[in-house]
Amino acid sequence: MKYQSQSVAKPYFVAALALFLGQIVFGLIMGLQYVDGTFLFPAIPFNVAHMCHTNLLIVWLLMAFMGAAYYIVPEEAQTELYSPKLALLTFWVFLIAGAATILGYLLIPYSVLAHATGNHLLPTMGRGYLEQPLPIKIGIVLVALSLLFNLTMTLAKGRKTSLNFILVGALWGLALLFLPAFYFPVDTVKASYSWWWVVHGWVEGDWELILGALLGFIFIKMTGVDREVVEKWLYIIIAMTLMTGIIGIGHHYYYIGAPAYWIWLGSVFSALEPIPFLMLVAFAFRMHAQRRREHPNKAAMLWAMGTPIVAFLGAGVWGFMITLAPVQYYAHGTNLTAAHGHLAFFGAYAMVSLAMISYAMPLLRGREANSLSAQRWEMTGFWLMVLSMFTIALTLTGAGIVTIFLQRATDNPLPFMAVQDKERVFFFIREYAGLGFTAGLLAYLRSFFVRGEYDYTNNVKRALA
Amino acid sequence: MQQQVFTKSMARNIFLGGAGFFLIIYLVLTYDTWQQIPARDHAAAMTPAVIEGKYLVDTNDCMGCHTINGEGAYYAPELDNVYKRRGPAFIKAWIPAMPTGVPGRRQMPHFKFTQVQIGDIVAYLQWLSNVDTNHWPPNIQG
Ligand code: HEC
Ligand code: HEM
Ligand code: HEM
Repeated sequence: MKYQSQSVAKPYFVAALALFLGQIVFGLIMGLQYVDGTFLFPAIPFNVAHMCHTNLLIVWLLMAFMGAAYYIVPEEAQTELYSPKLALLTFWVFLIAGAATILGYLLIPYSVLAHATGNHLLPTMGRGYLEQPLPIKIGIVLVALSLLFNLTMTLAKGRKTSLNFILVGALWGLALLFLPAFYFPVDTVKASYSWWWVVHGWVEGDWELILGALLGFIFIKMTGVDREVVEKWLYIIIAMTLMTGIIGIGHHYYYIGAPAYWIWLGSVFSALEPIPFLMLVAFAFRMHAQRRREHPNKAAMLWAMGTPIVAFLGAGVWGFMITLAPVQYYAHGTNLTAAHGHLAFFGAYAMVSLAMISYAMPLLRGREANSLSAQRWEMTGFWLMVLSMFTIALTLTGAGIVTIFLQRATDNPLPFMAVQDKERVFFFIREYAGLGFTAGLLAYLRSFFVRGEYDYTNNVKRALA
Repeated sequence: MQQQVFTKSMARNIFLGGAGFFLIIYLVLTYDTWQQIPARDHAAAMTPAVIEGKYLVDTNDCMGCHTINGEGAYYAPELDNVYKRRGPAFIKAWIPAMPTGVPGRRQMPHFKFTQVQIGDIVAYLQWLSNVDTNHWPPNIQG
């Protein structure tokens, strides 16, 4: 840590991890309801757990992104953060708003919540990921404005690096792309069409810029590779992202009521969307191969190398699998989508957040790297989480394929519920894999409680012996 | 020092130019789509009952379990064509009869709708089933 004010990142990272754990608890609840439909009913109906799971995901990722930005921007700009106090205040506002949202879902029936929070004045509620009541949505905008003000002022007074421009620019994009959440036309087709501005715009556009910037920063710091090289790679990767991803949004427009030309446009452009992810893999391997130093934080390097690989598999391979219109015709809205959504979200955005936390947390706690025994806990967590997530994705892929052949691409389609019954075995395995994932997360969290720092002399001696 | 053939500022210009170019194309396409949607989804047929039904579907988070046009959650049957699959009388009887309470079977909550509100929901589901979705879902089971 080079600047005192970078330490505001710490509460963001800690809260992100706590909310991550909360997300997983709701995932396990839903996973269990998939095999026993009466579990926790009617106390926590499936849709309530679903809202908590996906909203906690978004909140903890945003927490991690914000923490990362408060950490990176001052260091890149070579100056203190414009206002650490504001950053801390923003943290509490965001955390309380997030907690209030989840409690609202759990304690108040959704329609009552909608009425009590003025949804009839400006309807915004009832769309995936954007279920938050109106006052919370306004709060999110205020938090984003505070973040952007703070970062932009810091950027303005300090050194201007391309990486900082990409990161701060992408955070502006993130905030702007949230605004369609306030636009919810009565016309269902227009509503779906514009909902994807937020969802696709984030995960297959803007957030990839954040992903690139965070990885770029970690590689500059950990490998000592020249920043000119890193930044050139970044520009090319994010250029590919937007040149394929903007029209690639068409893969969500095939069957929601939009005109048929999206079938062609969406298929062609979204089929190219894996390219930037592949380039990210190549970038990571190049940086690793050209490294000028051995960084003692092996765990952070594992996360940083793992992120592009799992992101490529989840977004690139699983995304490609379902993206062509003839495939999407049968796969649309099945558990294949969930398989892709899980592996992609985890591989890209959860893992890059954990990579950043892994790199920065030891520094925030006053050491370059944790002790080897702490790192071993962390790497155990890495493998358990990654392998469990692959198992989850594979079981959901199996379930999705069964749906395709028994309910969709057949002359004698069976009813939805009958087909779900035949997929029980997959849902069972998914729940066990979810428990494996939870064990991995706990092992990861355990690593923070192992005391001591990296012992250079001892480890050098051991390496020489 | 080797001559830099491909510089960082060239990379940045590709990024800005490429993104800007495709954004403009997207905006043009979106304008055209907007013109076409009302005919494709029979927007004129959105009566006050349909609009009220949609509001109820949103504010009761039906998409937290169901898919509508393939969007939402994958826990319960597709609602886009449920009107054609089950018909109005079935749906009107179904909603107030929830939950089934069948042990182990997935449950749908009991919503306290009035008869009028249920009629609105059915009107919305009927409107929904007539949207031109390029022949999706593949068959009546959704
Ligand atoms: C907590 C999850 C959940 C929520 C929320 C929910 N449903 Fe359901 N719904 C189900 C399940 C599960 C079934 C299938 C039940 C069965 O077959 O036993 C179902 C079945 C149905 C059916 C019959 C479908 C068919 O093809 O047989 C209709 C119609 C329906 N729901 C409408 C709605 C509407 C309208 C809403 C919102 C007001 C809603 N549901 C909210 C879980 C839910
Ligand atoms: C890190 C990047 C990505 C993430 C996090 C991600 C995540 C998701 C999620 C969560 C959904 C489901 C949305 C919903 O709730 O309805 C989805 C849908 C989809 N994604 Fe991705 N995605 C990514 C990249 C990609 C890429 C690169 C492709 C194409 C090659 C792709 C193709 C699709 C398609 C076709 C759907 C629609 C599936 C359906 O409607 O059934 N995704 N994605
Ligand atoms: C213990 C592990 C987990 C379990 C058991 C689990 C389970 C589930 C279930 C049952 C759903 C609902 C699917 C449906 O609509 O029917 C869901 C949705 C979702 N989960 Fe998880 N989850 C877990 C971990 C994660 C993680 C780590 C992430 C991301 C980093 C994640 C991201 C998502 C997303 C994006 C959705 C919405 C997907 C969509 O609509 O396509 N989940 N999860």
